[in-house]
Amino acid sequence: MTADLGYGMTLVALGLAVYGGVAAGVGARTGRLALVESAQHAVLGVFVLVTSGFALLTYAFLTFDFSVRYVATNTNLGTPFYYRITGVWGALEGSIILWSWMLALYTLILILRHRVGARELYPWALATMLGILAFFLLVMTVAAPPFQRQVPVPADGRGLNPLLQDTGMITHPVALYLGFTGFTVPFAFAMAALITGRIGDTWLVLTRRWIIVAWYFLSLGLLIGGWWSYHVLGWGGYWAWDPVENAAFMPWLTGTAFLHSVMIQERRRMLRLWNISLVILTFGLTLFGTFLTRSGVIASVHAFTQGSIGVLFLSFLAVVLLTALALVAWRWDALRSEGELDSVVSRESAFLLNNVLLVAAAFTVFFGTVFPLLSEAVRGVKVSVGAPFFNQVNVPLFLSLVFLMGVGPLIAWRRASLDNLKRNFLWPVALGIVAAAAAFALGVPSLLAALTFATTVFVAVTIALDFTRATRVRLRLGESLLPTMGRLLLRHNRRYGGFVVHLGILIIALGVMGSHAWSVQTETTLHRGETAELAGYRFRFDGLSAVEESNHFKVVGEFTVSNGRALGVLRPAKKFYPQAQAPIAYVDYRLGLREDLYLVLGDFTRDGSQATVKLQVNRLVSWIWIGGVVLTLGALLAILPERHKSV
Amino acid sequence: MNRRRKLIGGGVIIAAALAYMIYAGVTQSAAYFVTPAELRASAVPGKAYRLGGMVVPGSLKWEPRSLDLSFTLSDGIATAPVRYKGTPPDMFGEGRGAVLEGSWTADGYFKANLIMAKHSEEYKAPHDKSEAGYRELFKTLRGEGR
Repeated sequence: MTADLGYGMTLVALGLAVYGGVAAGVGARTGRLALVESAQHAVLGVFVLVTSGFALLTYAFLTFDFSVRYVATNTNLGTPFYYRITGVWGALEGSIILWSWMLALYTLILILRHRVGARELYPWALATMLGILAFFLLVMTVAAPPFQRQVPVPADGRGLNPLLQDTGMITHPVALYLGFTGFTVPFAFAMAALITGRIGDTWLVLTRRWIIVAWYFLSLGLLIGGWWSYHVLGWGGYWAWDPVENAAFMPWLTGTAFLHSVMIQERRRMLRLWNISLVILTFGLTLFGTFLTRSGVIASVHAFTQGSIGVLFLSFLAVVLLTALALVAWRWDALRSEGELDSVVSRESAFLLNNVLLVAAAFTVFFGTVFPLLSEAVRGVKVSVGAPFFNQVNVPLFLSLVFLMGVGPLIAWRRASLDNLKRNFLWPVALGIVAAAAAFALGVPSLLAALTFATTVFVAVTIALDFTRATRVRLRLGESLLPTMGRLLLRHNRRYGGFVVHLGILIIALGVMGSHAWSVQTETTLHRGETAELAGYRFRFDGLSAVEESNHFKVVGEFTVSNGRALGVLRPAKKFYPQAQAPIAYVDYRLGLREDLYLVLGDFTRDGSQATVKLQVNRLVSWIWIGGVVLTLGALLAILPERHKSV
Repeated sequence: MNRRRKLIGGGVIIAAALAYMIYAGVTQSAAYFVTPAELRASAVPGKAYRLGGMVVPGSLKWEPRSLDLSFTLSDGIATAPVRYKGTPPDMFGEGRGAVLEGSWTADGYFKANLIMAKHSEEYKAPHDKSEAGYRELFKTLRGEGR
């Protein structure tokens, strides 16, 4: 019953989206506004239907309606209330419906915001959005239907993947998908610009806040994903260069490049072709990421043909890219830039280099991720490159990018004079060198760590320099300090939002560097009462106990921690889900600004007298999360409406 | 024109540097995916491999005090002895699939640095036998705790 109702709604929504897309397209071509208006109504209909479908699925989860196959597979009677809600997007079918809902929501916002302001571009952007929405609704009906009957209705479901039963999983997919779908809007406007031939700066001005919004959510999603990996997966790391992570990271890299190159086009009328290409690439990568992670192609080239989802996504990706490329070729002459690069020592070239490096990083991640597939397809042997490859290639790229973060915002447009360079970079460079020397004197373990530290200090000083100068000018006009700083942030919120984001990235860079350079770990087996020692900490094993939770058993180890004085008890555990093939580890940790204590329970004897435990002291990892908070605050500041007025 | 040439030159240099970095990265960290049969046929000691197969039932030995783990991996055609230092990971066990990263040693065994237990994303329907096993474990621990 529920399944049929939901399936019916999906079908009607699909029909409406197809109609709306055609209507908007024809309306745009013939200039018949009535058709465009009709398409708007169709969007409203799709939004209401998808929202209802989503609500229906959530209701089915909350009421244990196991007549729906997706519900029966992803929840069971013991699942707590909030994991029944997150179970809705815990697997493929549900994430597609979440994706479609967000796309419908964004389309609706696009109508509300741009219906009046952007006459020529708007109908085509609407048509593009509806076309993409129709594709996702098609996926929902044929390839990954969330509404499918389960016959016979089972007494209990199978339950949600235990690893996903964590608070991080409530927000992570939502943020990530808001980011992915957010890049659809700039893409839609880029297509509209190509189709209408109005490839000036209008489409960029219209979409620049959309880009920041999408970037904000994608960053948030990546950060929460890292946090989830750190505190749930129990390997002590936050980033593994796993294909799933790479799939989300690639559009972030190209999206970041786009965010910067937009400024060059706005200011200097350059890089038109490049910007259009970047937005196409970013949108394409969001589709490619979904293809990569959901089609089974990672396991083997030959796996993806088994399910229809891979074929569907790959075909759609091909259609999107070919259409976009054809449009670019058609408008080739108009896309040639008006502006020219005047000098290599200028803000334009710093931004250009930033873009080249970001795209290069995206390419290496792409290459490393698909390398096993390529070698299997071409040579018939599976060869994989692991984390060492990604680190080795990307670390120099990222370090150069951090360095450019200091140069770009301060160097002069067009051609930087020696005076300009001296004025802006003398102090930062000097202090960066001092920082490197100090780092060596204090015994930094590697050249790379010292270099990272120096670069970070260099960039931080440029930001401080810029901000104090701007504040000082205003103070001279007789304003007082704190209100001045506040006004400065709000008036030039895009510029200073950007600076705050950069600050967040610096903090993250220090956290990453610190955790790589200084973290230590050991693994040991302890009898009850025995003590292990690591990095000045003592861990005493006090025994095991068993706890019964609503949907699993838990075996909990007790470890008393001290470093001279008592620091409390850590309780890593193993969880036994009846429906899972094997137990999963439950990490316990004690976070700190300097270092985290991180315990993973391994094997143990049944009588509880002996347990194997992995002990880690992870250094500076907390700064990654702190930097993440700073970064998102900066992005929020940049999203605020801009008010240029008095200087 | 001169400026354009400079720009193209810069691009070529960056592209070449990138190509070199990727090439060096791949040659240093590429690991061939092999089955035990392929490994036994042509193993080069010291070279990095990814070895995939099933843990032969009855072959698993785990010494908690010394953290020595040893087992035999099979692909149904040939077997390979494996040694590893550390706790067996979650989802790892006899009769289950596993992918190992490591190298073949001259002493005739595969030295694993990393064990990735293979498991399906889908979860099996509650299995009466295994559930009874968990309950028993639960009871012993409870009794011990009191």
